[in-house]
Amino acid sequence: MHELSVAQLSLGLRQKQFSSLELTRSYLDRIRTLDGQYNSFVTVDEEGALAAAAVADARLAAGEAGPLLGIPLAHKDIFCTRGIRTSCGSRMLDNFVPPYDATVTARLRDAGTVMLGKTNMDEFAMGSSNESSFYGPVHNPWRLDCVPGGSSGGSAAAVAARLAPLATGTDTGGSIRQPAAFCGITGLKPTYGRVSRLGMVAFASSLDQGGPMARSAEDCALLLNAMAGFDPLDSTSSELPVEDYSAGLQQPLAGLRIGLPREYFGQGLDAATGERVHAALALLEQQGATLVDISLPHTGLSIPTYYIIAPAEASTNLSRFDGVRYGYRCAQPQDLRDLYTRSRQEGFGDEVKRRILVGTYALSAGYYDAYYKKAQQVRRLIRQDFLDAFGSVDVIAGPTTPGPAFALGAKGSDPLAMYLEDVYTLAVNLAGLPGMSVPAGMADGRPVGLQLIGQHFQEARLLNVGYQLQQVSDWHSQVPAGGEQ
Amino acid sequence: MTVKQDEIEKIAELARVRIAPEEAAEVTARIANILTLVDQLQAVDTDGVEPMANPLDAVQRLRADAVTEINQREAFQAIAPAVENGLYLVPKVIE
Repeated sequence: MHELSVAQLSLGLRQKQFSSLELTRSYLDRIRTLDGQYNSFVTVDEEGALAAAAVADARLAAGEAGPLLGIPLAHKDIFCTRGIRTSCGSRMLDNFVPPYDATVTARLRDAGTVMLGKTNMDEFAMGSSNESSFYGPVHNPWRLDCVPGGSSGGSAAAVAARLAPLATGTDTGGSIRQPAAFCGITGLKPTYGRVSRLGMVAFASSLDQGGPMARSAEDCALLLNAMAGFDPLDSTSSELPVEDYSAGLQQPLAGLRIGLPREYFGQGLDAATGERVHAALALLEQQGATLVDISLPHTGLSIPTYYIIAPAEASTNLSRFDGVRYGYRCAQPQDLRDLYTRSRQEGFGDEVKRRILVGTYALSAGYYDAYYKKAQQVRRLIRQDFLDAFGSVDVIAGPTTPGPAFALGAKGSDPLAMYLEDVYTLAVNLAGLPGMSVPAGMADGRPVGLQLIGQHFQEARLLNVGYQLQQVSDWHSQVPAGGEQ
Repeated sequence: MTVKQDEIEKIAELARVRIAPEEAAEVTARIANILTLVDQLQAVDTDGVEPMANPLDAVQRLRADAVTEINQREAFQAIAPAVENGLYLVPKVIE
């Protein structure tokens, strides 16, 4: 059953070929047997999953037929789940059992999905390798000595290893697309404001966005259909109506203009990765798309801009963790200040503390104009690059990452080397655009991702291009060795 | 601009993040590297460019000034490290 697409699973459930309970048990068995080598889950909720599957089976028996009814999935451990620990990969929240659900988890539960558990991630979503998790690193199912990418590394590894057919992720600077690329799956970061941020532990509020991770664009569309939509409880949620993301998948690509930013194919791009991306683009060209040379001149500035804005917003958001109301509290505090400073010293890991300090510095008196305001101005220039380019192209494409998955520990000691991993993905968040990574073959036994970037709220177009690519390629259906069992 | 260790110690104080004395030099060096990276923005001409806080230039949505939340004090305090009589406990603040 673990080889079937979500649409096939849904059909099987409705035709009574198997029950949601049987499907859920089969995935729970796979997690129990196989996840020891990946560490992709931090919490497996067997009891809750079996109860939800029984409810789904009752709804199916009553004639309900929602496309996700009875389908198992995994949630990144950044989405609050009432009654189930939500750690955000941090010691700070190791004991945090939310009293409420994120809008995303509530919507997906209402749609009848069955949550198998919560997936591992970089601490507070800060990282590109999943090595900063309090619960230990995740291993890439394709190469156990390599990272799965991050921060949604557990979700990506779980989908790649066929431990869940679907997973949620979040993306602040590439955290859905980069692990999707490294693990050979499909992942979409929607337009800023498309998916509610309520109950999604905040990192950088003007950049954070939740999205679907799955094996194919078709499955991502089904998950996004249930995730997207206006939420009055998220002050930046978009009120634009949501379209049916499955409806336009089969639209032909004839006449589609795909922009290739020359800045994404220059120095720093691994040669084999570049070849795989060009091979995927050639398939789109064969389907009638036209490849157009474009320029996004401010691309190089996205790293410094991001590493001011994201830490500044993080330092503000993470000020809520004070050891008083919830989360970690140090033992025997001497006084109130000791309670705050030691709870935060002991509760946060190194990368999180570093970003809090950089952010506090950038926002401090005397530096605000030079750093934060300056970064917000350059952010507008970066977005303008894209708006100008979209005057002559429909979609922008390039590599998701500079190279394939790197070895565990290879970049752990150098934050700046890690930051360069996101050079092709950061600008998409800064501009608020939708971006997607789809599998584009292998380089040295490791998956390569093709990134597709769309205009604001044109997720459907990206899913259409990804779907059409997946009709003429089989990269997305390749399975890592452990996943074949 | 080069950041000095006493500046980082001051920032850590403001952020309520304690840095162990033996780690202060290394933390300062790493943050200095990050600040060097972001300093390349200073060379960009941004005269007349409006700062962008929201990628869709959206503004805060307003709602009717009406009570919409119910009191959930017990649920919230059930997950707190230390409470007593409905109050959050912290070390003594007033001598």
